[in-house]
Amino acid sequence: MADAVRLGVSNPVPTRKPRWSRKVKADNIAGYLFLAPWVIGFLAFTVGPMLASGYLSLTKYSGFGPVKWVGFENYDKIFRDDLFYTALYNTSYYAFLGVPAQLLVALCLAVLLNMKVRYVNVFRTVYYIPTVTPAVANVFLWVWIFNFDFGLINSLLRLVGISPVSWLYDPQIVKPALILMSLWSVGQQMVIFLAALQGVSEELLEAASIDGATNFRRFLRITVPLISPVIFLNLIIGIINLFQTFTVAFIATRGGPINSSLFYVLYIYRKGFESFSMGYASGLAWILFMIILVITAIQFYFARNWVYYESGGPPS
Amino acid sequence: MVDREEKYIGTISGKLMAYILLALGAIISLMPLYWLVLTSLRPAGAEFTYPPEWIPSSFHPENYGIAWNRAPFWRFTFNSILVTFLATLGTLLTASMAAYAFARIPFYGRNVWFALTLSTMMLPWAVTLIPRFLLFKYLSLLDSLWPLFLPFWFGGGAFYIFLVRQFIMTLPVEMEEAAVVDGASRLRIFLMITMPLTKPAIAAVGVFSFIQHWNDFMGPLIFTNSEESRTLALGLRYFGDEQFTEFRLIMAVATVMLVPVLVVFFAANKYFVSGVALSGLAGR
Repeated sequence: MADAVRLGVSNPVPTRKPRWSRKVKADNIAGYLFLAPWVIGFLAFTVGPMLASGYLSLTKYSGFGPVKWVGFENYDKIFRDDLFYTALYNTSYYAFLGVPAQLLVALCLAVLLNMKVRYVNVFRTVYYIPTVTPAVANVFLWVWIFNFDFGLINSLLRLVGISPVSWLYDPQIVKPALILMSLWSVGQQMVIFLAALQGVSEELLEAASIDGATNFRRFLRITVPLISPVIFLNLIIGIINLFQTFTVAFIATRGGPINSSLFYVLYIYRKGFESFSMGYASGLAWILFMIILVITAIQFYFARNWVYYESGGPPS
Repeated sequence: MVDREEKYIGTISGKLMAYILLALGAIISLMPLYWLVLTSLRPAGAEFTYPPEWIPSSFHPENYGIAWNRAPFWRFTFNSILVTFLATLGTLLTASMAAYAFARIPFYGRNVWFALTLSTMMLPWAVTLIPRFLLFKYLSLLDSLWPLFLPFWFGGGAFYIFLVRQFIMTLPVEMEEAAVVDGASRLRIFLMITMPLTKPAIAAVGVFSFIQHWNDFMGPLIFTNSEESRTLALGLRYFGDEQFTEFRLIMAVATVMLVPVLVVFFAANKYFVSGVALSGLAGR
């Protein structure tokens, strides 16, 4: 990643101070000027808020009036809060089952779209459409599709003689239903997989065919290892995203029934913006940050066992 | 995702199988959207009949007018357009500036900054949510459109910077070198040489950013609360909170919201797909 192409202008006149020659100085000034908006934004909208939320998590603050320092009281309360554990369980369930399911579906679609047939480009476009559907519209649409009496899915089930399912109002079914819904828009992962599949060398696959490997075996033994860096990338990003699921639970289920779809960020929102316990909500947010950090670190640790890099280097 | 010289599948049965599978996927992709538009055109109360009509016997486009008058939807639409435009403009300008610096200017600390930039992609936004809210409260900018676009005039986001930077890295440097020899300034090189060559990546970022801001729900939910500053994404919530009773109206507004996204998507499809593919190279 660091091997940026430099402007290879050699200075014909040897400079006396090689470390801070005029060109180096000009480059530094230009570099930071170009980077200035991003650096300012990084400090104002990322680093600053991160630190602020760490500080707030040690206080009691309603968003109005004085900020009261309370030390670790918020964390103490959080670890004795049943809803915290409920939210954590729901979110983990959703993320750890949802991400593998999404990746499997996305990979299957990518394999389909990688088939060598005419007009496959048209299908590529069509398969991506669900992913650009606005999230809010998507959620309302699926509430309607999941409707018990008149929804699309139950209508189809009745058509083939299966009794309808209470998708969003059964505590046992609501999380799988939401995962099912999320499978409809996996276009992002699909396209990333597709790009990776197109990079798999034809020669290698043909050689394996000549050696008598079946299609499925070839896919498992050659294609999957070769695209494993991209599987890893999708896994990391998928877990981070699903751990922050909000809109669907906020609109479609309101965390119900009986808190069975109370996801973590929805709980943060309720604490921060409905009960105005900004300190408590910041504590929740920092715990989420730590959890995501640990999960990501664990994934990177185990990556060396299954992620294949042609150059042998770590992911950049 | 440029199509290579492809050898098509040879056998008839192989072809047939491929098309059956592809068609099945297409049906699953489009069926919910058909259902969306179908519901939006049904007569009042008819969404609650069983079995549903798969091919409508009558069309009721007046649903759109009825839905539009339920809330100040013109205002919402105007706000959505304004926010999307301003946020995208800021993203395009500042993200490509940062990307140019990362790709082409050898300044001190570049690698550290680049690593920091990438690491923000893994940062859960939920952590910064409350302080951002308080920041805009302190600036007295809550319940305005400012919080929805202002942050995007500061680099636009790590993903966009990364995407443009990756693209610039693939461009040959010769032209820029020649310009340097001719004594052109960095700004001039950036504007006159690098930017025009970076069009495909800029287009991809533009489309991504458009869709991101047009669809954004959480931003307007947190930072705005009066009807004057709400956006279209929040407008859907104006149709009965507890019971979703008027699905045909909700679906009408959802359809209206979907149309611009589809138009942009189809118009810039090739940039879009190549953009995602480029981002996928992160793992390789």
